[in-house]
Amino acid sequence: MAAIATLKDLYETLSPGLPGAGAAGLDRLRADGYARFLADGIPTPKVEGWKYTNLRDLAGVSLAPAQGTVDTAANTDFDVPSVAPGETHRLVFVDGAFNAALSAVGPLPQGVTLDSLRDLIEASPAYAAEVLDRFPAPKADTGLRVGPNPGRGQSGGLVGLNGAFLAEGAVLTVGEGVKLAQPVEIVFIATAADGAWHPRLLIDVAAGAEVTVAEHHVARGGGATFANIVSGVRVGEGAILRHAKFQEEAETALHLASVTATVAASATYETFVLTTGGRLARTDVQVRLEGSGASTRVSGAYGVDGSRHADFTSLIDHVAANCTSREVVKGVIDGRGRAVFQGKIIVRPDAQKTDGHQLNRALLLSDTAEIDAKPELEIYADDVKCSHGATAGELDEEALFYLRARGIPADTARALLIAAFLDEVAEEIGDKRLRGYAMARIQERIGRLTGITVDTDATVLGE
Amino acid sequence: MLEIKNLHATIDGKEILKGINLTINPGEVHAIMGPNGSGKSTLSYVLSGRDGYEVTEGSVTFQGKDLLAMEAEERAAEGVFLAFQYPVEIPGVSNTTFLKTALNAVRKHKGLPELDAMQFLKLIRAKAKALNMNDDMIKRAVNVGFSGGEKKRNDILQMAMLEPGFAILDETDSGLDIDALKLVADGVNSLRSPERSMLVITHYQRLLSYIVPDHVHVLAYGKIVRSGGKELALELEAKGYAEFGSPEAA
Amino acid sequence: MAATEQTVEQVRAVTEQKYKYGFTTEIESDLAPKGLNEDIVRFISAKKGEPEWLLEWRLQAYRHWLTMEEPTWAMVDFPKIDYQDSHYYAAPKAAKDKPKSLDEVDPELLATYEKLGIPLKEQAILAGVEGAGEMPAVAVDAVFDSVSVATTFKKKLEEKGIIFCSISEAIREHPELVRKYMGSVVPYSDNYYATLNCAVFTDGSFVYIPKGVRCPMELSTYFRINASNTGQFERTLIIADEGSYVSYLEGCTAPMRDENQLHAAVVELVAMDDATIKYSTVQNWYPGDENGKGGIYNFVTKRGACRGKNSKISWTQVETGSAITWKYPSCILQGDNSVGEFYSVAITNNYQQADTGTKMIHIGKNTRSTIVAKGISAGKAQSTYRGLVRILPKAEGARNYTQCDSLLIGDKCGAHTVPYIESRNRTARVEHEATTAKISEDQLFYCRARGLSEEDAVGLIVNGFCREVLKELPMEFAVEAQKLVAISLEGSVG
Repeated sequence: MAAIATLKDLYETLSPGLPGAGAAGLDRLRADGYARFLADGIPTPKVEGWKYTNLRDLAGVSLAPAQGTVDTAANTDFDVPSVAPGETHRLVFVDGAFNAALSAVGPLPQGVTLDSLRDLIEASPAYAAEVLDRFPAPKADTGLRVGPNPGRGQSGGLVGLNGAFLAEGAVLTVGEGVKLAQPVEIVFIATAADGAWHPRLLIDVAAGAEVTVAEHHVARGGGATFANIVSGVRVGEGAILRHAKFQEEAETALHLASVTATVAASATYETFVLTTGGRLARTDVQVRLEGSGASTRVSGAYGVDGSRHADFTSLIDHVAANCTSREVVKGVIDGRGRAVFQGKIIVRPDAQKTDGHQLNRALLLSDTAEIDAKPELEIYADDVKCSHGATAGELDEEALFYLRARGIPADTARALLIAAFLDEVAEEIGDKRLRGYAMARIQERIGRLTGITVDTDATVLGE
Repeated sequence: MLEIKNLHATIDGKEILKGINLTINPGEVHAIMGPNGSGKSTLSYVLSGRDGYEVTEGSVTFQGKDLLAMEAEERAAEGVFLAFQYPVEIPGVSNTTFLKTALNAVRKHKGLPELDAMQFLKLIRAKAKALNMNDDMIKRAVNVGFSGGEKKRNDILQMAMLEPGFAILDETDSGLDIDALKLVADGVNSLRSPERSMLVITHYQRLLSYIVPDHVHVLAYGKIVRSGGKELALELEAKGYAEFGSPEAA
Repeated sequence: MAATEQTVEQVRAVTEQKYKYGFTTEIESDLAPKGLNEDIVRFISAKKGEPEWLLEWRLQAYRHWLTMEEPTWAMVDFPKIDYQDSHYYAAPKAAKDKPKSLDEVDPELLATYEKLGIPLKEQAILAGVEGAGEMPAVAVDAVFDSVSVATTFKKKLEEKGIIFCSISEAIREHPELVRKYMGSVVPYSDNYYATLNCAVFTDGSFVYIPKGVRCPMELSTYFRINASNTGQFERTLIIADEGSYVSYLEGCTAPMRDENQLHAAVVELVAMDDATIKYSTVQNWYPGDENGKGGIYNFVTKRGACRGKNSKISWTQVETGSAITWKYPSCILQGDNSVGEFYSVAITNNYQQADTGTKMIHIGKNTRSTIVAKGISAGKAQSTYRGLVRILPKAEGARNYTQCDSLLIGDKCGAHTVPYIESRNRTARVEHEATTAKISEDQLFYCRARGLSEEDAVGLIVNGFCREVLKELPMEFAVEAQKLVAISLEGSVG
């Protein structure tokens, strides 16, 4: 495989220059990552978890570090997206590299740290390695199945690749009991024509703490870039983390992300993913509910057209008893677009009184659109309430007629119904700022898809 | 205002309407009664422009324009309103967003300026209050989780907002208890005016005690077989539709 | 929880020696030597006096099989099978030449089927029918180990032009039909077990319903594995010509043996324009003992092709037996407006494992499919629903509705759902729902407060849970299936 040979060169060339090179902890992490990449490779459709998403395009992608051309320091009007402009703490990365000029971190309360990973490594490689080690790496989705289980859902190669080039990223820690009022934003802006980045995002929310995190991936002139993001999330006992990701990169970009979250007793992890950009975008979310009373809400909305591909894959693992999970993923597929939903709920033997629900709905707008869905339950405890539902189809003709009979032109009616369909996912978001922003981005995307801007509840009711 | 001439319509190749003639003048309320399967709902769908119905013969003129040449939304914008027998639930679309979009589309068609959010909210709150609908109901998704009576009231609210010249009430009484029926009928009656005509489609006389028509027609097997005044409804209630024969006879 | 412990205890108590079909018939067998190679394939073909083309087909399959790997994707776990440690042909000696009439059948065999409750005496059944007035006649093809030992009501069916015989006989008497259709739904290279079956299949049933004929009685095959260390590889082929109708039943049992025995069958159904095939199975192979020892490996490929417009294939299965079940009765909906149905109850107890479901492939316009799958797990069993609904681009207006419900009894078992949904047509509508539940203490208490024993209550509740599926079974099967549901779970209270 040509990509691997190129990577070997890249790895050998770049390693010595990465921050903290030579420090034992970081050398080990990078070597482990590289070894894992060599062992697992780039997943192929033969791997169950990648059955519907083919990474053959990766062969033609430049894996060299992206080189931006925009002088962000000189450009004060540079458009950095925000869920609440001026009211957030933000770290900005341009073409994968931390950009201090565009970043803005206000005074943080005692117990809260927000750093670029590069800064952290440069300050103390040993401490950085210790923080990195705190987060479990994403596991291959094995479940507990009784039979042999070759290579299901493995993203090991991609996670390894990320580890091999470990340098950039963001580290947020929120100390015990601290409730951070302002959202934290982590913004990735692509300006380069091509090239890759492998950031690591770590969020550690201690017991009783609360924080809202918005993650943006946008293009400002960027092209066929490749983002390979690995995130680690820890939510401590009774803590609340509200996390939203807005993936709105260029139509030629490649975006692969895996998130591994552990949720302690009585803690809540909410995560929302909007996927409207990229030629191929996949987000792989794994949530482990480890303590009694933990809960998670996983939601996703996507819109694909052209010949684009969006993949939302999730694994919600009920390890402890009395946990709840709720997942809602909906999307709209037009043109020759293709969308994939894979969602699995595992209920382990001791996870009694589990309440797990999952819903996936896809709307096909064209004759060449395709949806592949695989909602899975794997249950080993009897006193549980679990369900999933999946539907695929076109817009409801009855509803369409109803709207038209009230004087709404057909194309507006269609846009309105599409917006309503996706807005239902945004309703899942607990944080008002994230929700409002998500709805606005959905409207914007539908506007581009249909050429029609529809009113939203927010604009009508002023909410 | 509305003139239906020799209207024939088919669905999936089967002829349902077999030559309807009906003239409705401004301000008049006409009732169409008939047994099940007589073509009552087909008539309402053909008039409001639902896909799947093919008009094979005849014409419908509304305020001098060829109604059948228009799309469903154009008919609505011109002032034709269908109150549905079974109003559709539309999850995710709030009543307010829906009605604002509809009202502004209709206003635009009439060459009127669009209402902004403030003006619109003021208007809908006033109209809703008259129909005993609270703020929560107008913010909720269209008809989702509404009772049968609430759905019908919601349709009447839409009528009040859109101020059509001609309204078709398709089996508005179906699924309503007597209190809900009165509430809906009051709403409809408050919208009666010399400029507005109505076509009330119903199987039972009951509704017509509350919305009193000027003319009553009997539709049986695709044709209007008898017309008369409001007393005809009472006669039908007493005798039933048996005298109008079977499909074979028509 | 006391109730749970009690449950476990009760399950243990009742499951010992519950399998009432576990006896062995002492009958001399004609056995092929152990092992699998081309000579064995030739041996089987020669035993059956097959034409050259069929031997070639078998060998082609065998050679292909050697290049294949055993599938590992199912949620089942078992030690590697030694394919050389089994007999691929076993026939009762007396049946070397199939008896011309029932009078010639070995009395020992007749006694076996009687004991199993399978009537092989036409006269007796007919008398019964006239007497009872409501029980319709059932024509039976009885397969004992590798061969068909008797087929009833052949004459009566022949009057209508219906062919119902063993597949061996069909190969001799109706080679043109067999050659045209065998392998046309499940090709010889389809999957590991089906390919093995192509190479070594021994017998099975053949049905042909001519144009416009409604088969006047239920047709059925009764499969019995008796000999030890044998595999059973039968093939069933059912062809329903234009406008015809047939309802077909299949039942299976085996003696209790400590070793695992392989049953790798292939069933192919073909429905032409306006034809309907209803295929019902009550699978009650020996499930192994309460420690998971012994039992049948039931690795079966069942597939129906709705070739014609307005054709319909309906699968109903009640799976209560076998140590491991691996089967996915499927429908290929080629004809416009064709209909596929899959109704399934899978009950697993002790160490049983079932990975079962269906595939609905929508190719034609306005094709419709319905899937209702009920999985019940008790003891340490694992039950998985695995299904595929695929809508191809030309399947305008296709509809699918899937419902999968799992019921867990006890906290040592597992219930899993693995559906794949692939839609490539905008106008198609696919709906899938799955739920998991347990028998609630409230339900149990309610029943007991009305005087039911705990066991009866469980039987009642589970039967209620399965009702949508059981009601699809032909009446004479439904009663048996209901009893079986209750027996399979006796004493297991959640």
